[in-house]
Amino acid sequence: GQHRTEEFRKVNVLMKVPALRDGSFTLAESIAILLYLVRKFKTPDHWYPSDLQKRARVDEYLSWQHVNIRGKGSKLFLTKVLLPLLTGQPLPPEKLEGVTEELNVVLKQFEEKFLQDKPFIAGSEISLADLVALVELMQPVGAGYDLFEERPKLAEWRRRVEEAVGKQLFQEAHEGILNAKNLTADKIAPDLLQHFKHQLLKQ
Amino acid sequence: GPSNSEGAGKVSFLKKVPALKDGDFTLAECTAILLYLSRKYNTPDHWYPSDIQKRARVDEYLSWHHANIRANAPKTMWIKVLIPLFTGQPLPSEKLQEVMEGLSTSLKQFEERFLQDKAFIIGSEISLADLVAIVELMQPVGVGCDIFEDRPRLLEWRRRVEDAVGKELFFQAHEMILNIKELSNIQIDPQLKEHLAPVLMK
Repeated sequence: GQHRTEEFRKVNVLMKVPALRDGSFTLAESIAILLYLVRKFKTPDHWYPSDLQKRARVDEYLSWQHVNIRGKGSKLFLTKVLLPLLTGQPLPPEKLEGVTEELNVVLKQFEEKFLQDKPFIAGSEISLADLVALVELMQPVGAGYDLFEERPKLAEWRRRVEEAVGKQLFQEAHEGILNAKNLTADKIAPDLLQHFKHQLLKQ
Repeated sequence: GPSNSEGAGKVSFLKKVPALKDGDFTLAECTAILLYLSRKYNTPDHWYPSDIQKRARVDEYLSWHHANIRANAPKTMWIKVLIPLFTGQPLPSEKLQEVMEGLSTSLKQFEERFLQDKAFIIGSEISLADLVAIVELMQPVGVGCDIFEDRPRLLEWRRRVEDAVGKELFFQAHEMILNIKELSNIQIDPQLKEHLAPVLMK
């Protein structure tokens, strides 16, 4: 539906902090935005199931993912794509290896703890958890790390999510991030650049 | 009510990953647990308001919390107590300073963006957001980094949260955290120390 396109745009616009405006009400944090949209537009139940335990599984993933999939995925993206732009130097291979390894660890946890042998995170139907997971995983993919290549279970899950969302909508939403390699420093908002500079150069 | 004590007990238990078991159903992640409990026991509305905008404010805080307060506050405990315990070395003070700076940045954002001049994070009533925040912020206090000392607005907020939760329950839940210095007297198996030290020093 229309609001799903909105959802995608809000969580995927490259280099912009997701924000929602509804009249005089503004909201940040992509998870909060998604939940708000689900409630406001009363989306189909499977996105955020009314069943207490299924819902808890979605909450569990949405909570865990902040410092794990999201944290490590964006770290890899920022390190690989942004750091060389900021320093003007090529990326030292050990640095890339380090952040890749960190991501690999959480990918293993994702497969073993959250996905397991189910079609989707909460069970037989797609939910916000899958949406958020895949969106975050597109960051390292956009940076050139094809993490789905040697992970068939994950690749199957990805196909299922893309199908459930709609292939065209999915491609549209990820156009920006999948062309991340063409990113140059001037395309990024200066204060955002400063923020990442501080974060990345600390490490 | 009973749901609050369960919630508080489960999120403050030192060194154990918060987990809930409800028959066959197990759940991790403190945010997920608190939400589950509030729904299962139909807790008073203010904990997770039914008004979708107020609820969104709680979600907004809970989301931001992970990469900020939750990422920084516990590091004080690692630096001051747990790492020295496992490695047998005191930790260099620059590392502690780095951690405190990170925490300061988060606290500044917490005060300016989330708390502002309100009584509680989302307004005039306490919610899950305040509970989740205070639980993490007690960790530095427990290891002697009194983050409330120079922050009167934060201290006032803490007092309000304690009052709303009930002082006795609050201290019960934090007993272990506030007695963490006792942990230093525990003997750790030397093999475990050897194994963990390089991991912890990363």
